[in-house]
Order: sequence, then C-alpha cells, then structure tokens
Amino acid sequence: MNKDTKISLALTRVQFNWTERILELGILLISATTSVAILMIFVFVGRESMPVIFGKSQLDASQSIRSVEDLHKMSAKEIMTYLGLSKEEYNSLDKQSLRELMLLKIETARDASKDKDAFINAASLKYLFFPHQWTGYDKPVFIWQPVSEIRKFNIIPLIVGSLKISLIAILVSVPFAIASAILVSVLVHPKIKEVLKPLIELLAGIPSVVIGVFGLIVIANIVQSVTGCVFRLNSLTAGIALSFAVIPVIFSISEDALSSVPKSYIEAAYALGASRWKMAFQVVMPAAFPGVFAALMIGFGRAFGETMIVLMASGNASILSASILDPARTITATIAAELAETVFGDPHYSVLFFIGLLLFVFTFILNIAANLVMGHLRTRIEGKK
Amino acid sequence: MNHNKLPLQITKPWRDCESIIFTGLCFLATLVVLAILVVIVGYIAVNGWGHITWKFLTSPMTQDIFDASRTGVLSLAIGTAAKVILMTIAVVPVGAITAIYLSEYSSSKSIFTKVVRLAINNLAGVPAIVFGLFGVGFFIKTIGSTIDATFFSQSSGPVWGKPCLLWASFTLAVMTLPVVIVATEEALRSIPNSLREASYALGATKLETIFKVLLPISIPGLLTGSILAVSRAAGEVAPILFTGAAYYMAGLPKSLSDQFMDLGYQVYILATQSPNIEKTRALLFATSLVLLVLTLALNLVAILIRYRMRSQNKN
Repeated sequence: MNKDTKISLALTRVQFNWTERILELGILLISATTSVAILMIFVFVGRESMPVIFGKSQLDASQSIRSVEDLHKMSAKEIMTYLGLSKEEYNSLDKQSLRELMLLKIETARDASKDKDAFINAASLKYLFFPHQWTGYDKPVFIWQPVSEIRKFNIIPLIVGSLKISLIAILVSVPFAIASAILVSVLVHPKIKEVLKPLIELLAGIPSVVIGVFGLIVIANIVQSVTGCVFRLNSLTAGIALSFAVIPVIFSISEDALSSVPKSYIEAAYALGASRWKMAFQVVMPAAFPGVFAALMIGFGRAFGETMIVLMASGNASILSASILDPARTITATIAAELAETVFGDPHYSVLFFIGLLLFVFTFILNIAANLVMGHLRTRIEGKK
Repeated sequence: MNHNKLPLQITKPWRDCESIIFTGLCFLATLVVLAILVVIVGYIAVNGWGHITWKFLTSPMTQDIFDASRTGVLSLAIGTAAKVILMTIAVVPVGAITAIYLSEYSSSKSIFTKVVRLAINNLAGVPAIVFGLFGVGFFIKTIGSTIDATFFSQSSGPVWGKPCLLWASFTLAVMTLPVVIVATEEALRSIPNSLREASYALGATKLETIFKVLLPISIPGLLTGSILAVSRAAGEVAPILFTGAAYYMAGLPKSLSDQFMDLGYQVYILATQSPNIEKTRALLFATSLVLLVLTLALNLVAILIRYRMRSQNKN
C-alpha cells in the first residue's frame, strides 16, 4: 500500500513538472533552427534579388537624371545616393564641385542615350536568360559583361561554365570514387576498412583553397604540357582540381550505401557460385544502386557549388564555349569575385544575389531528389513497403 | 555429381581471371585516391617547409602583405582562431539540442521531425558561397543595419551593418550546424536503452536522464562533431569573403564588430593577387602549410576520438 502511493507520486511528478515542460518546449523550438535557417536563406537571398525577379532594377541612367537646379532641393542623403558618394566624400566636397558632378552625370547620360541599348533594363529576366543583339554585334549573343558602359548580364555563359566544369569533375572522380568504395566496402577485411575509410575521407579535410593552390600551380602545368593548350587555367584544370574535392563526397556516400547491403546477399552470391566480380557487380552494386546514384547527385551538387577551387583554377573568362580547354567562369566564382565590388542595391548586386538564389534552388532540388532516392534504397534493403 | 561440383565452385570466386583484374583495378583506384592526398600534402609540405621559421610563425602581418622576408602568420592564425571559437560557441549548443530532440523526443513519423531531417540534409548541401550571400542579406543588411539604426544612429559609419568578425562566425555556424548535429545524434543513438531505463527506474525525469546520464556519455560524439565543424570552418573561405575577412588591417581585431585577417583568405590572396609570383611563392606555400596542418590535425583528432568511441561501444 505504502509502496504503491510512492510510485504513483513519482509518476505524477514526472507528469506535472512545469519547468521540464517549458525546457522541453525550448528544445523543440531550438531544434527547428535548421529548418528556419533553410527558410531564411531562401527569404534573405531572395529578397536581395527581388529587383531582378520583378524587373524593377534601375539600370538606365537616363530615367533618373535630375537637373542641376534640383541640387538645393535635394537632401544630403538623396545627393549621396544620386551621385554615388560616400559620407566622407560628400563632406569633403563643396557646392561647386557637387554642381560639376551633377553636370558630369547629365553629360554621361546624354552620351549613353545615343546608344539605344542604354534604355534596356539588362538586369531583367528576359536579358538574363535570352540572347540579345547589342549595338555593334551582328547577331544575338549571350554576354556577361557587368562592368562596361552598357552593362550586360546574360547568365547563360556562367551556367554553361558551371555545368562544364562540374561535369568534368564528376567524370574524373566517379571511376576512382566508386572503385575505391567497392574495394573498401566489400573486397577488403573489415580491419583494413577501418583504416582505409577515414584515410580517404581525410581528403575532404583539405581546405578548398589549398586544393586551389595545387590546381593553380601543379595541375595547370600538367594539363598544359599534356594538351599543349593556350591557357594554363581552363575548364579541364578546374575540373580535375575540383574532382579532388568531389571524390571523398562520392566515396563516402556510396561506401555507406554499398556497406548497407546485408551480408547475407554476399554470402548467397558466393553460395550460388558467383565470382568476386559477379558478386560485386551483379549483386551488391544493383542492390545499392539508389545509394550510389544519390552519391553522384550529391557529388554533382558539391561540384556545382564549390567556389574557391574554380575561382582559382578556371581562368574566370566568361566566354560561351564548349571546349574543355577554354577558360570558363562559374556562377560561384562570379559571385565571389564580383560581389565585393558592387554597391548595395545596384543592378549588378541584385543580379549576383539572383544567381546565388538560382544556385541555392538548384542544389536544394538536387538534395531533395538524392534524399528520396536514398529513402528508396533504405526501404529496398529493409524490405519494407 | 552435384556434390562433387560444390567445393570447386567455392574456391573459384577468388581465383578467376575477371575477379583478379577487377580487384586489381579497384585496388589501383584506391591507391590513386590515396596518392592524391599524399601528393597534395607532400607538395605543400616540401615547398612550404623551408619558409617555416619560428619568426614566421610568431610575427604579425606586415603592411606589405607580399613582403615574404618580414611578414608572419600570427595575425592570420589569431584571426582564424577567433573566427572558429566564436563559431563553436554559437553552433555547439544549438547542434547538441537539435541532436537531443532528434534522438530522444522525435518520432520518425511526425512531420516536424521529417522537416528537421530534410533541413539538416539540405543545409549540408548548400554551397558555401550561398551562406556568404545569406550572411550579407541577413546578418549584415538586416540585423546589423537594424542594430545600427536603433543604437548607433549618431555614429559616423556603420558599426554592425558591415562585414565583421561576429557575422562571419555566425555565417560559419549556420554552415557547420549539420556536422555537429549528425555526430552528436549518432553518439546519443548508440547509447543502449538499458541506461535510459535504469535512470527512469531510479526516479530521474526525462530531462535529468538526458543531461546527467546521456549527454555525459555522448561527449566524445559532440566533441567529434565540434572538431570537424572547426576544421571545416577554419579552411572555408567562400562564406567569409564578404562577411568579415579583411585583405589587410593593422593589428588584431579589437571587438566583435571589427574585421579580421584569415589564413584561408590570405592563401587565396597570395595565390591570385601577388604582384610577383616567384618572390611570394615560398610565402604562399608556407601559409598553405600552416592551414593544411591545422585542418588535417583537427581531422585526425576527430577520427581518433570517433574510433575510440566506436570500439568502446562494441565492447
């Protein structure tokens, strides 16, 4: 009797402990951080690229030109944004120099407006994705030229550059990554696996700038002496350097997938007289295929999103070319190289955030797809519906 | 007859020609992968070692950052250390608590858990440069500018609404969150249920069980995750390009709202913007070597802790 009451007392204590309830609510809220982070990345990168999405960016100077007489009507802040001056610069100038700057602005606008292209809002979706025949060109072209009198923001060369370099990286890394994953997961003794796996994954611990340095100096020389190419830094150099960063990613995920195949499959294969080769390629590989495929997708996402290696080793020329020996410029390298030079709110700034948003959405979709594929593997291995 | 065939077939898998070639190729591929690791580390080490002196390691950066004979890595190392320490302070509590939720509270069927897991997987795959953009759009332009407008409206320039140490660290913390969560959750999940039951049987509440029984046991996992996060953050340059790294600054950062100099960023500058590549080559390799040794040492420590943890769990 006495014992019973004690137990029920203890149980009620568990049920009605308000501090615990509140702390547990705190745990729940904090664990939402990752989801909130994803959402906020989308919202805040998206917010900065709004002007591009809605075609609201002010590109052509002619629209917003004000007469010199307006000078005394404008507030200090207005003048600063209008002339693109910092606070210090503004304070150091007298009324006369401000007048001259305004005259200069009008003059430039007048010169620019002789070119019909000056009236085009190049930072709108139409000009970002589709070719346009700019003055002086004999056919519609895709050009990324954010710093020039007539600025051109066509992002197709960047997308092609990113795709080209990441495809090279994937093609180079897949044979090595998957073959070593097969070796480590099914062909060697578990004791050796325990040493080999972390050793290969150590490759992922090399900072990307260091791989970039290696690519810039060593791989570039090798590529040039083998192919005799004109440019040391080109898509092939960047692709090979990038594959060093992608190999551990593909290796790690596909090794996990291959290892998750039950031992009984392997034993059954041997029992049926399969050779090692047939066991690996006709039993384990097909069973783990969704996982290996997901590894490829995640590896591609990593290659597509890697910044420093391509920034250092790709040559960074935004030309539209299919040749792997031409320099290329990727989406990531463009953001990294140009964002620091842009002014907040400038069309160039918005376009860079917009391509960042594209990059985010692309890798997001790729990751979700890879997760679905991996879930498929899990249900297949566990034999559940 | 069938009985005679069986032993033959069992010996066969290891001897046939196809299998030998196939195993050989796999072995060769693994060797190549390991060779990449050895060659990169070896190349940087051989070229950088000659320049590493006590003076190089303990001198601050000189005004001319390309002055190979006088400049040192001390300011860079301190900047990088400050960045990763702040990041660790931000990321570990959040990561550990998320791991606790996932391992101790969540049911795999609830939509909330599915969303959290999906977010973790996706966050791990977001490109580093996108975190940089997020840092600019959220920390600098939103939070920083709001703080400036509220508290520092008298000040001549932006205080928090500009790249600085704190925002760079927070940006890296968001990036490394999945690393900490995954490692800690693995450690929590590997704790046998009997320990939880024993704790409840002694009258402990769920929170007491988590904080006094489970968390102390999973410290190695939390440590592994934190070290891997630190290693990743120490070597990552893209997110801090516009959120805090400085090309050159005199002295060290004095407050969280100062910019800082960073090892990885300096490697990038030395490799791409040097006025005289030949003269700064030794400096470039020596700086890369310091960064490489730092990150690889952290990774090795993490591997050893994880190895010990796993073999203890097996026993």
